[in-house]
Amino acid sequence: MTNAQKLQWKTEKKKDIFNMGDNNYLDRDLLRFTTAGSVDDGKSTLIGRLLYDSKSIFEDQMAAIKNISKKKGLEHIDFSLLTDGLKDEREQGITIDVAYRYFSTPKRKFIIADTPGHIQYTRNMITGASTANLALILIDARKGVIEQTKRHSFIASLLQIKHIVVCINKMDLADYGQERYDEIVTEYENFATKLDVEDVRFVPISALHGDNVVDRSDKMKWYEGSTLLHTLENIHIGGDRNMKDCRFPVQTVIRPHSDEYHDYRGYAGRVESGIFKVGDEVTVLPSGFNTKIASIIDNEKEVQQAFPPMSVTLNLTDDIDLSRGDMVVRPNNQANATQDVDFMMCWMGNETFDPNKKYIVLHTTNRVRCIIKEVLYKVDINTLHREESDIEIRMNDIARIKIRTTKPLLCDSYSKNRSTGSLILVEEATNNTVAAGMII
Amino acid sequence: MSTSLSHLKELEAESIFIIRETFAQFNKPAILFSGGKDSIVLTHLAKKAFWPAKIPFPLVHVDTGHNFPECISFRDKLVKEFGVNLVVGSVQKSIDEGKVAEEVGVNATRNRLQITTLLDTIEENQYDACMGGARRDEEKARAKERFFSHRDEFGQWDPKNQRPELWNLFNGLKHYGENFRVFPISNWTEMDIWQYILLESIEIPDLYFSHIRKCYTRNGTILSLNDFQELKEGEEAKDMVIRFRTMGDITITGAVESEADTLEKIILEVAAARNTERGGRADDQRSETAMEDRKKEGYF
Repeated sequence: MTNAQKLQWKTEKKKDIFNMGDNNYLDRDLLRFTTAGSVDDGKSTLIGRLLYDSKSIFEDQMAAIKNISKKKGLEHIDFSLLTDGLKDEREQGITIDVAYRYFSTPKRKFIIADTPGHIQYTRNMITGASTANLALILIDARKGVIEQTKRHSFIASLLQIKHIVVCINKMDLADYGQERYDEIVTEYENFATKLDVEDVRFVPISALHGDNVVDRSDKMKWYEGSTLLHTLENIHIGGDRNMKDCRFPVQTVIRPHSDEYHDYRGYAGRVESGIFKVGDEVTVLPSGFNTKIASIIDNEKEVQQAFPPMSVTLNLTDDIDLSRGDMVVRPNNQANATQDVDFMMCWMGNETFDPNKKYIVLHTTNRVRCIIKEVLYKVDINTLHREESDIEIRMNDIARIKIRTTKPLLCDSYSKNRSTGSLILVEEATNNTVAAGMII
Repeated sequence: MSTSLSHLKELEAESIFIIRETFAQFNKPAILFSGGKDSIVLTHLAKKAFWPAKIPFPLVHVDTGHNFPECISFRDKLVKEFGVNLVVGSVQKSIDEGKVAEEVGVNATRNRLQITTLLDTIEENQYDACMGGARRDEEKARAKERFFSHRDEFGQWDPKNQRPELWNLFNGLKHYGENFRVFPISNWTEMDIWQYILLESIEIPDLYFSHIRKCYTRNGTILSLNDFQELKEGEEAKDMVIRFRTMGDITITGAVESEADTLEKIILEVAAARNTERGGRADDQRSETAMEDRKKEGYF
């Protein structure tokens, strides 16, 4: 068979393979979730269990970690070896950095941002949470809701993660009892009223023994809800995206300079929110010019509409000067153009935050300089109290600050729009990313 | 009309976004092209990102001299079809110039030597961002890699001191002499790649499909008989029905016994596979942290 023949798949044939048995590949969507919890909560064991039971751990990986576990003198298989990829992590038995893991089931592909529970905790969890649809929070059934649980939940709420799944783990050590489970659920619900999360679910599990992770537990017959995997597979995330406010930040301008496309000018970017259709009237920011969408290019051909998170090219009916950092919106629904930005900041720098230093703001496809105008308060992430007297900001601190930028940002509040409402600060002297910001 | 994307389309959109960011944020980006399926998919994504304009980057190939001949002819055909520039960094030249010394012994390879050639090629051409087809699911050290991976003036990776990467905001700011490695397909798995190749009818080298080849087995790995390695005592070359799951040097790329001669069969085989695709790579098996060690030095 020649290469050409191999590639000559009729549409029918393709359909067959994408619908083979349980492997319904084309209808599968993508769910990104972050996991929070410390080593003691059994987080690594849970991830290992999900990967293992969904057949995402290969034999050579399994053999390798079995081998190392044995060398270390452990009786059980240390699943944390799967996620702790760096030499130092393995030697010290700690997780240093966010690790990404992948598994899929016939329904969904999953990306796990596994964040460490030790030093630099907040910084890493915010990084993992920034792209997540869902946060998985682990509670040790013996300990119940502890300070760390509150901290994780607060961060999930601050980052506007719409779905939280609370796994009450180690049920085997609590006699698989319903009473203990109900107690913890009530405790968590009482605390969660202070948070801004739409959807909280609870699952009693034992990651070690696999109860209610992938397979239903026969030891907790009183639990009538879904297993963890079933929950992850079926949570509806389609409605989480902002389909209302049209925002298209321009990444770059495409000019082919060829005879065929002599006057072609396409604006490349990603639809961050809203639905753009051919023929729509649009406004270009910051200039404020109005024009229409002449065509939308996706995948080397014209399409009728573009929605998030598609990467497309827009062609406009008028020849308008538009470049990177500019934004295409609808005339009656525009982003705020402002040089004064007020946001919740998570400080990630190793050194204490210095308001007198120069910082660069990265926001959508814009890069501007800024000065710090004011530090309003710091948030105690354990109690959620505002601290106004001590405003020295160290790594992992969360504070509300105001800045002034050298040119206007085209932004929305983070609660309305995760893309146009988020920014990062880069220290000018080192080029390091030192803070994450969520615009109020 | 539907307003949801399948996982493959969402991954595609993410990768195109990263490729365009690389173009917009850097002065002289390039694509590191190995001839393997991942860098082929990456090149196709780059084409989509700028269509109807041509790919605005050169393809950089580090030629170890120990290639599968099929890979080189495939590369040249693709370069012609896409109308892109090809820049070749030669390991043989690095050896001839005395910059690196050939490994000796029966297990000698040029895998490690290519780091020097790669770094020299980047420096000579002043590339400030090199895109590669590495994926986080491939290897445990790669699971910690960023999309925009900062390298110091020696090309080194410092895994413990990486810039946090939040939302879709990629910090490509750098000092003079530093550069970046960019990995647009970080979030794809081996299965995603194969499904996408099928979905998009992307052409790949014949080596990925089952064929008959003279092979020998060393340390449990099936290797293609080649001009660069001699058989040890007790080793015997024989005709085997095999295919390759990855594409590296002919001296280190392990084959799998397989009769999968179509994409459809390959996907079924990958779905049922019980070993990782790099399981057959002698370069990764040198030690527990072989990949991390090479990455720190400048490997991609």
